[in-house]
Amino acid sequence: LSTNGSNLSSTPEATTIAAAEQFPMRLIVPLRGVIQGRGGLFVGSLIPCCLFYFLQLYLKRRRPPPSDPAELPRTSSRTNLFSRGNSIGRVRVSSRAVPVAKPSDSPYYIGLERVKTDPYDRIKNTDGIIQLGLAESTLCFDLLKRWMSENLMESMMQSDDGEFDISSIAMYKPFEGLLELRVAFADFMSRIMGGNVSFDPSNMVITAGGTPAIEVLAFCLADHGNAFLIPTPYYPGFDRDIKFRTGVELIPVHCRNSDNFTVTVSALEQALNQARKRGCKVSGILFSNPSNPVGNILSRETLQDILRFAQEKNIHVISDEIFAGSVYGDKEFVSMAEIAGSGDFDKSRVHIIYGLSKDLSIPGFRAGVIYSFHEDVVNAAKKLMRFSSVPVPVQRILISLLSDVRFIEEYMRAHRQRIRDKHIRFVEGLKQLGIPCAESGGGLSCWVDMSSLLTSYSEKGELELFEKLLTVAKINATPGTACYCIEPGWFRCCFTALADEDIPVIMERIRQLRESSRS
Amino acid sequence: MMERSSNNNNNNVVELSRVAVSDTHGEDSPYFAGWKAYDENPYDESHNPSGVIQMGLAENQVSFDLLETYLEKKNPEGSMWGSKGAPGFRENALFQDYHGLKTFRQAMASFMEQIRGGKARFDPDRIVLTAGATAANELLTFILADPNDALLVPTPYYPGFDRDLRWRTGVKIVPIHCDSSNHFQITPEALESAYQTARDANIRVRGVLITNPSNPLGATVQKKVLEYLLDFCVRKNIHLVSDEIYSGSVFHASEFTSVAEIVENIDDVSVKERVHIVYSLSKDLGLPGFRVGTIYSYNDNVVRTARRMSSFTLVSSQTQHMLASMLSDEEFTDKYIRINRERLRRRYEIIVEGLKKAGIECLKGNAGLFCWMNLGFLLEKKTKDGELQLWDVILKELKLNISPGTSCHCSEVGWFRVCFANMSENTLEIALKRIHEFMDRRRRF
Repeated sequence: LSTNGSNLSSTPEATTIAAAEQFPMRLIVPLRGVIQGRGGLFVGSLIPCCLFYFLQLYLKRRRPPPSDPAELPRTSSRTNLFSRGNSIGRVRVSSRAVPVAKPSDSPYYIGLERVKTDPYDRIKNTDGIIQLGLAESTLCFDLLKRWMSENLMESMMQSDDGEFDISSIAMYKPFEGLLELRVAFADFMSRIMGGNVSFDPSNMVITAGGTPAIEVLAFCLADHGNAFLIPTPYYPGFDRDIKFRTGVELIPVHCRNSDNFTVTVSALEQALNQARKRGCKVSGILFSNPSNPVGNILSRETLQDILRFAQEKNIHVISDEIFAGSVYGDKEFVSMAEIAGSGDFDKSRVHIIYGLSKDLSIPGFRAGVIYSFHEDVVNAAKKLMRFSSVPVPVQRILISLLSDVRFIEEYMRAHRQRIRDKHIRFVEGLKQLGIPCAESGGGLSCWVDMSSLLTSYSEKGELELFEKLLTVAKINATPGTACYCIEPGWFRCCFTALADEDIPVIMERIRQLRESSRS
Repeated sequence: MMERSSNNNNNNVVELSRVAVSDTHGEDSPYFAGWKAYDENPYDESHNPSGVIQMGLAENQVSFDLLETYLEKKNPEGSMWGSKGAPGFRENALFQDYHGLKTFRQAMASFMEQIRGGKARFDPDRIVLTAGATAANELLTFILADPNDALLVPTPYYPGFDRDLRWRTGVKIVPIHCDSSNHFQITPEALESAYQTARDANIRVRGVLITNPSNPLGATVQKKVLEYLLDFCVRKNIHLVSDEIYSGSVFHASEFTSVAEIVENIDDVSVKERVHIVYSLSKDLGLPGFRVGTIYSYNDNVVRTARRMSSFTLVSSQTQHMLASMLSDEEFTDKYIRINRERLRRRYEIIVEGLKKAGIECLKGNAGLFCWMNLGFLLEKKTKDGELQLWDVILKELKLNISPGTSCHCSEVGWFRVCFANMSENTLEIALKRIHEFMDRRRRF
């Protein structure tokens, strides 16, 4: 088979085909024929071989094989370089880049994309798709807007003589965040977590959002090919955040409705043992608390169990507490930092993620936190912040915002109250339709049991329902499959960007969907 | 290696990753050690006139007044910046789309075109925003190369590349050696030699990464070299990355050729799509604190991929909002670019003249925030150690933090990068005075 000097294009399909054309295939097919012995040795082995090799020939003709990039391809001379019709090889991207550009097959992303094509608007597009798939809150925008209009400029241009001095926001500052910002964050986090835990600013690194926070921790705690145990259902974004570039695997630890989707030590133990059996090194446990998507709050005992387990197995614990300030139930939120600081455990294995995207509703600002009790992790994370730091003017705004204690207290009170109210309305609306929700006490969404609407109690049935919700009822809710939930029928519905009047609209659409599927 | 156990109950020390414990971040090198000395004893015109003068940081402070004046005039009470009545606090707060604000991308494209005197056009949809050029370079490396692959980089190069291109990516740098015999320009022989070196070591080369204008040389890359580089990359079927972060800091606009100009007249996609440009507002606009960088790629797949990966390094919506109108104000940017060039040129002349008077020669430069100074004749031993010894003397005796060529992987010893744009003219004169005195003392012995 000749090569014409051109290279494999960097399409994903091409790569998978290439992967399929492996040595084992070439060995197995003829062998199978020999072993089966049907039609005689000759026919039984030759025919499958021929078919297989003809198939390969056909595939190769359609698309040229990869050439060794180290070889000089037989291309045109320099003089013909810029003229058309040249058979110059197509340059490739790295193999780790290939899966990134592929259209996502996760319903989580598919749903988000679909809403963009036809977004619901209370006035201008009442038939549009209602977004319940994005965990964002707009409930307290009025308060934030007021604060910003009164304080934004001042907070950014803070200078002693009142004159605008651009150098205070223009110049390089430590990538891990100004000390004043870390102090303000430490205070803020302590405040919203009930005041039972204090945070040391020197253990803190400020990141450009929760997304880089989790990735940086993954880079620091695990090598390529290692894994984190992660209780399911989990936030679909973790797949990208962790797997895109670090090469760290996520091993699901399945939780059940019967435990209100709370992870158990025995499940962790089982998952860890299975991983070890197949030679996969587990570096840590990653979980969110309040949990996304379920919204439950882990008890003190559960947190202690997890940390004890991690200590026994000598692995890390990453607690994503990004919804800590969005607790509206009666259950008390306990930070893993509090357990770690209690002195009963080795705290150097404990790391916390936080951010302002959920509690303070400013995801656009991009501000997150890595908090670690391990000095070397803090040092490594600081250095990695050159790739993901918060702009200085934004840091100044945040210092001002987070240190405005009076505003923060007013805001947090309103934030919790309004989520609580909205949650009650939403859950009540569903209850009227006979649709139950899991018990939750925090977060911006509820975990809805739509199994009664499934045509078949299976993943397939759930995805069909997802599609119907999207296209017929025009509601984007994230199906449990996207969150790796093993029990079919669960959907995450984010309700904190809804106005009260949107809720009956949603319930009506669901009701109609149910009617039409019954008939 | 880490050796901690922070609790008596537990004799099990938990492990960290290779990335966490590696020293690829390079912060133990002299490049960064000098910064520490500065931090401990920073020069201040009034409060600490005998402190260490920071000449190792490529920051542009010469045109701040232009920014301030503009912002005061056009942005009364922050109206432009989203406080009073400006479009959408809401949009600002919620917006975290990795596509970036369209108006901001258009502004960036327009700014980049202006810098190149309209000799190349930039499509806003090919602009991917990152939190700084540091992130842009790392992101491109992740996309173009796999672990243990290599990028060819001409020496001397910006010391930060060792970290930005290699640390998390696992990619190697194979140097293309350049020397003073031809003003450190890349030669075909050096290029082929570097490629061969990689091949001999069984390392797959994925691209060439150049900085144009060059850091630390402070000089533009010649057009014919760019053409040769592109041709080389086509022949080897690899990528060409051009970090043009100092493109707006070229003293005479006509002396700069961007790789974008070369590609502008090429229709063949298979040639174009291997070219990628990195840019940022940190140097030309003097706003490193804003963390605004960009990847501009002629490759659709790279644009798509980079966009998705940029979620790890998004530019704050607040920043995009703040800068969009300023960057699209062509009258302002035209004036800014012109005056900024002029002032940098003037600074360059001051320092080069001053050094000449002290008997020190520099490479003939035409861009950037620094000059490339030759102190080879002062070395007792013409070795790396000799150079570092001299560097140490300059730091401790003259209290000047400059960057030794060793940290830039220069194959010739005795060269130093000296930054001149991050201080007042006064401070620059003081630094020159210290050098004069030092040279005088040496002559006497």
